[in-house]
Amino acid sequence: MSETTAKDYRQQVRSWLADNAADYARPREFDDEELVQRSKEWLRTKYEAGYSAIAEPVQAGGAGGTPLEATIFAEEEARYYTPTFTGVAIGFNMAMVALKQHGTSEQYQRFGKLTHSGAITWCQLFSEPSAGSDLAALRTRAVRKGDQWVVNGQKVWSSWAHYADWGILIARSDPTLPKHQGLTFFVVDMKSPGVEIRPIRQITGASDFNETFMTEVVVPDAHRIDAEGAGWKVCMTVLASERNMSRGSGHEAHKADSVVSLVRKAEASGKIWDCAVQEKLANWFVREQGLKHFGQRLRESRGKDLDLMTRVPLTKLVSATLMQECNAFLMDLDEYAGLFSETNPDQDETFYRYLWSSAMRIAGGADEVLRNQLAERALGMPREMRSDKSVPFNELPF
Amino acid sequence: MRLAFNEQQGMLQNQVRSLCRERADADVLRQLITDKLPWSEALWKTMAELGFQAARIPEELGGVSLGIKDLCAIAEELGRAVAPVPFFSSSCMATEAISLAGSAEQQQRWLPKLASAEKVATLAHANISGDPERAASGVIFDGHTLNGQKSPVPDLVLCDWLLVIASSRDQPVITFVNLAQARPEVASLNGFDELRQHCSVTFEDTPCEVLEGPQGAEVVKELFCRMAVVAAFEQLGGAEAAMLMARDYTMERYVFGRQLASYQAVKHKLANILSMIEINRSNALYAASRLEQDADDRFIAAATARLGATALYEHAARENLQLHGGIGFTWEANCHFHYRRARLLSQHLGGPSVWQRILIDELRRRTA
Repeated sequence: MSETTAKDYRQQVRSWLADNAADYARPREFDDEELVQRSKEWLRTKYEAGYSAIAEPVQAGGAGGTPLEATIFAEEEARYYTPTFTGVAIGFNMAMVALKQHGTSEQYQRFGKLTHSGAITWCQLFSEPSAGSDLAALRTRAVRKGDQWVVNGQKVWSSWAHYADWGILIARSDPTLPKHQGLTFFVVDMKSPGVEIRPIRQITGASDFNETFMTEVVVPDAHRIDAEGAGWKVCMTVLASERNMSRGSGHEAHKADSVVSLVRKAEASGKIWDCAVQEKLANWFVREQGLKHFGQRLRESRGKDLDLMTRVPLTKLVSATLMQECNAFLMDLDEYAGLFSETNPDQDETFYRYLWSSAMRIAGGADEVLRNQLAERALGMPREMRSDKSVPFNELPF
Repeated sequence: MRLAFNEQQGMLQNQVRSLCRERADADVLRQLITDKLPWSEALWKTMAELGFQAARIPEELGGVSLGIKDLCAIAEELGRAVAPVPFFSSSCMATEAISLAGSAEQQQRWLPKLASAEKVATLAHANISGDPERAASGVIFDGHTLNGQKSPVPDLVLCDWLLVIASSRDQPVITFVNLAQARPEVASLNGFDELRQHCSVTFEDTPCEVLEGPQGAEVVKELFCRMAVVAAFEQLGGAEAAMLMARDYTMERYVFGRQLASYQAVKHKLANILSMIEINRSNALYAASRLEQDADDRFIAAATARLGATALYEHAARENLQLHGGIGFTWEANCHFHYRRARLLSQHLGGPSVWQRILIDELRRRTA
């Protein structure tokens, strides 16, 4: 794409957004149900105008455009507060990535159309009460019966599952194999009989996550993704993409906890003249900007710089802690009173983000897991000792 | 705007890297310290034959007209090797000062000789502190001569020429001193980093030549901006060398029947350093790219790059020694080169608190 065409495209996107996203020029509060509804409607609007899944093929409900066009659109859309909830991101960045790389073309095209047009949204059915960082220890069973599978088990931390139409599921299809080998990947209709969703009350008071109980849930074999026993490989693709997902978006210009916004607030309160405050702000700025520019380096390399790809885990490692520290600082700016929202209407959001940052340091790879990955994959250091690796799953001592 | 180095810059780095490996390995560095030699003249000469000192000098003046980002690519490799050459002094500080503030005629007179490395020059920018905002302090320029003192000045013992940031009617002014003719009083300092010799220089009605191009606080700011970014790459190179040294050692060393590198405490230390390296490499590449484009945010980007690279190099150098255990404290192990150099580079252009202030001031100006 030449520079002039890119410029034209940006112009075209800008005027389309001006016409169609005017409703979202300012931040708006929606309750969960309305957010889900509006997210789907907004996707539908984009889809009809050829702005959903821009770089994906038309047969899969994409717009058949270029990655550069997709980037331009994302940058322009980031100027608005368009509605989107986790179920959309899981659909685009996890479910579709799995189907595109590991599914049949029929599977990708069918679900691609439904997902990219906003007809369905997704949840993830991976973690279990005793399989978090050690995901491959999962116990949910999938037993094959003819051209169907029967699933029994309990999943946890399934974000927004109560609003999801479909789920991506990993289950144990053969417990006589070592733990990574006996797993199979499926897509599951969340309205299937036997799927029961119970919300988990979180430390935020909200219930973004659920426990999902599956009792005798029937899944057609046509909804199996990749081969029987290939589930772990599919899972790895999805988890790598999940980590990319948590990379900085274009939203920082109006993020309340961006360092520039912290500087502004510290200036207003007079605390900016404290050298200790300056030191913190400067160091946070270094990390915030470094993350942003690291993201650009990743985009530039288009996945071809394999060395650089091994370093991707650092993005969440750095950004989650940064979010925690910056939001703690937003409370500290108001000292004792900063722990109460009466004095400052922005404070509720700060409380929420401070709480949420603790989940960010766990979800999609805990800090410790990410450090192991960096050491092992980027620096070639020895893998952790794993006594359970070659033992059949059903002979493990737990 | 592309952040990553291009293919040509990559080749440049390979060239410098293998040159340093041949001519300035750790044993060479140790020998220089033992012999109290301030540089490897042999390495400097070979570099000149390959044209590295000519990097930033225009072709018509005997140079190769490369950009600031190319200079950064070279600096990263020299930092990796703790190369015993006055490259930063002569080919970055002095050359950039002349390019920014010298008249066309002065550039024609001086730059070809720096390009060929026939002459070596440095910049006296510090007066106790390396703080850019105090760069002119210590020396007064009265229109003809210099009076006062600058210290520390890097690589001065090797130099033919000295650029001095002096004060003239409360404005900074960059001047040129021909050391052989003007003979200011030079005294060697007992430095923490023995591989970069520093001196103090005292001027008493010392004749000098004022640079006749653009002058003033803005030019000095621009100069420090460039120096900070090039230095950030030197720090990055050093930090990566320290990290890899620690990685390699812990892979070789066995304790309690297993590789030291297999312990999670060790892996996590190195993972943290790697994260810092990539975060700060990204910032440094961004700053170099913005400098090349003369973009408005180049001062913010330069301060960000410098702050991050300073913290990174110090951390990597310390952890490298730590992960070596007792052997790290010995003269034979190579940890001390980085352990010392990291300290020097954290202060030479102004320390972290200075650049925190600069960065916050720039950000406040932006948000105001």
